[in-house]
Amino acid sequence: MPLYHNDDQAMLKDSVAPFVAEQAPVSHLRKLRDSADATGFSRDLWTQFTEMGLPGMLVPEAHGGLGMGHMEAGIVLEEIGRNLTPSPFLSTSVGAVAALAKAGGTQAGRWLPAIASGEAIIALAIDEGAKHRPDRIAATATRAGNGFRLDGKKSFVLHGHVADMSIVAAKTDGGITLFAVPKDAKGVTADPRRLVDSSLASHVTLDGVEVDADAVIGEVDAGGDILDALLAATRTGAAAEMVGVGQGAMDMTVTYLKERKQFGKLIGEFQGLQHRAAHLYGEMEVARATVMKAQQLLDEGNEGAKLMVSVAKAKAGRAANLAVREGVQMHGGIGMTDEYDIGLYMKRDRALAEYMGDVHYHIDQVARMNGY
Amino acid sequence: MSDLDAFRAEVRGWLEANCPAEMREPIREEGDVCWGGRNWVFKNDAQKQWLEACAAKGYTVPDWPKAYGGAGLTPEQTKIFKQEMKRIHARSPLDSFGIWMLGPALLQFGTEEQKVQYLNPIARGEIRWCQGYSEPGSGSDLVSLQTFGEDKGDHWVVNGSKIWTSYADQADWIFCLVRTDKANKYQGITFMLFDMASKGVTTKPILLISGNSPFCETFFDDVEVPKTQYVGEINRGWDVAKYLLGHEREMISGGGAGGDMVSIGGAFAKSFGKNAAGELDDPILRAEMAAFDVDVFAYRAMGERFMDMWKTGRAHPASSNMMKYVGTELNKRRHELVMSGGGSEALEWDSEETKGGARARGWLRTKANSIEGGTSEVMLNVIAKRILDLPGA
Repeated sequence: MPLYHNDDQAMLKDSVAPFVAEQAPVSHLRKLRDSADATGFSRDLWTQFTEMGLPGMLVPEAHGGLGMGHMEAGIVLEEIGRNLTPSPFLSTSVGAVAALAKAGGTQAGRWLPAIASGEAIIALAIDEGAKHRPDRIAATATRAGNGFRLDGKKSFVLHGHVADMSIVAAKTDGGITLFAVPKDAKGVTADPRRLVDSSLASHVTLDGVEVDADAVIGEVDAGGDILDALLAATRTGAAAEMVGVGQGAMDMTVTYLKERKQFGKLIGEFQGLQHRAAHLYGEMEVARATVMKAQQLLDEGNEGAKLMVSVAKAKAGRAANLAVREGVQMHGGIGMTDEYDIGLYMKRDRALAEYMGDVHYHIDQVARMNGY
Repeated sequence: MSDLDAFRAEVRGWLEANCPAEMREPIREEGDVCWGGRNWVFKNDAQKQWLEACAAKGYTVPDWPKAYGGAGLTPEQTKIFKQEMKRIHARSPLDSFGIWMLGPALLQFGTEEQKVQYLNPIARGEIRWCQGYSEPGSGSDLVSLQTFGEDKGDHWVVNGSKIWTSYADQADWIFCLVRTDKANKYQGITFMLFDMASKGVTTKPILLISGNSPFCETFFDDVEVPKTQYVGEINRGWDVAKYLLGHEREMISGGGAGGDMVSIGGAFAKSFGKNAAGELDDPILRAEMAAFDVDVFAYRAMGERFMDMWKTGRAHPASSNMMKYVGTELNKRRHELVMSGGGSEALEWDSEETKGGARARGWLRTKANSIEGGTSEVMLNVIAKRILDLPGA
């Protein structure tokens, strides 16, 4: 498969890009932020997403979805990134779907159709501390009656306070098990925190939460592979969103270089800025190609996908970070003002960079996967 | 089975039958790379046999038309061919400036007669070409070149000198930028072709910091060039030159500007000490190597996307400048890490154990990557102007 969008994918982009730009531009984020919105996203917008079939893009057709791949989901995520659109798309329609589709069974049958129909918002309760360490999950699930009792603390759970269901990773006797914990489960407390990018992420406490045996996603003790699928999908999705954030910041900055005058010249005439902008262009192009490669390998079920996913998360992280830093610097004083959008790009980049493993985490993973 | 699957099976079978085992070994020294030409001495029978087999099938230039010595493959087929070559670690049957640079320019600008005359010997590795572009006073500002061809009716008399002419001392012919109109800077250059054995051509190798001499100074003293031996139009050689530079950058990019595109940490893991956790026991060097590996794997994806887009006309025409910039800077970084990883052993200049200081010489050689074929700074200028459309660039 060539590493560019085919005609169907190009058509998808042509319909999604103007839709997101018109319905949820940066002003949409500002409106939610300035009204101290407590949901974290617009349900009206999610309804519009549903009308276009987007929440169920990755859901298999048998479960009422479109059965598309990560390359297609990435097209939507890039536009979400470019417009800084607050949306539960990444956790619900990418991360949760990847886990449920991989696991199959009762929970897949219960939740996948509800995701496709736009009815269910899903949160991913993986992290437990300030850093992403999925190999050190401490939350426990112990057998109790016909089911399990969950105890522990989760953090950085985006949409955790409004999600209809949270996918919780917990330790069981023989490994990791994933659970579908419904919103109203007793003993679950979600404490939402406003983050730097105005999104809401919860600290979730699981205090003797009792769930039925069929709340298990997949098999008991065999959640490792399902968690891997969830992580690979979410990381790749976050990387695609970062490509959108970086591209949006870069485009805005290059435009500014062609408008702003100092010393009687457009500042874009100065070679000092031209070279930095050109360097940034290269980094963004490489990041985009890398993310597409990860998407393609995931869609093919290729064994090399895992390495490329970490490469993509790290490379997109580096490139988007450069884009927002150069963006603020090249905008000068106004780049520091709340009124200008470039600062909002910097904030979103920071949150995405941290989500599901930062640059350093994934660089380390790349070393491990290469035997050093 | 799709047509492409059938093609893959055919290529696989052909390679299995025709690629000698010795030609599936890694390149170990300069003589392992086959450049062809009138004076080429094959290192062994396998190298000769491999070149001849590929040339007979059109596989030295798989995507060129059959009439000019190629195999007439489509972009998809060419990609499959390269994948299959890579799969068995087959060496390139022929490395050649004729294939990488002059060929594409002739395919674009040459007459039918020129294509038949020049391309077939290139494809068969019979004529080795060199490139006469830079001059002592014209490096990054190439268009200021002064080598002059005086019009004598049916021929030009060329005087002047070129520099950084790769392997000029071993080349058979040269494609050369020559000023033919002193009053017109851009539209006063002709893209000439002539035999390096012509009277008045001399070459002098330049000793580099690596201790090697891959480049020459080339002098022209009343060299007579028939007025049939030019590409494109007289005085419009700059168009050909620019097109060719694009291909040169494409070649540098696609052909591994990033150097050996494998994990550097993985390569060192075998020889370097590891700690109890199985990590390279220098944590800072490990981190730098891992960060580098991320960039290498990312650039590999970029190379694939670039070639897919370039071959199907989807790439921005100036994007090869970006590839060249990113790839050559990456390769320089690799060799800095190779030197750090090698420590004092890598400093040895001529010992047998270090294959004559291969690491040190290779490291120094890479410093030219971001200078030759257009400096990194010129690449950035071109990106700023042609891709980002920045003002006054």
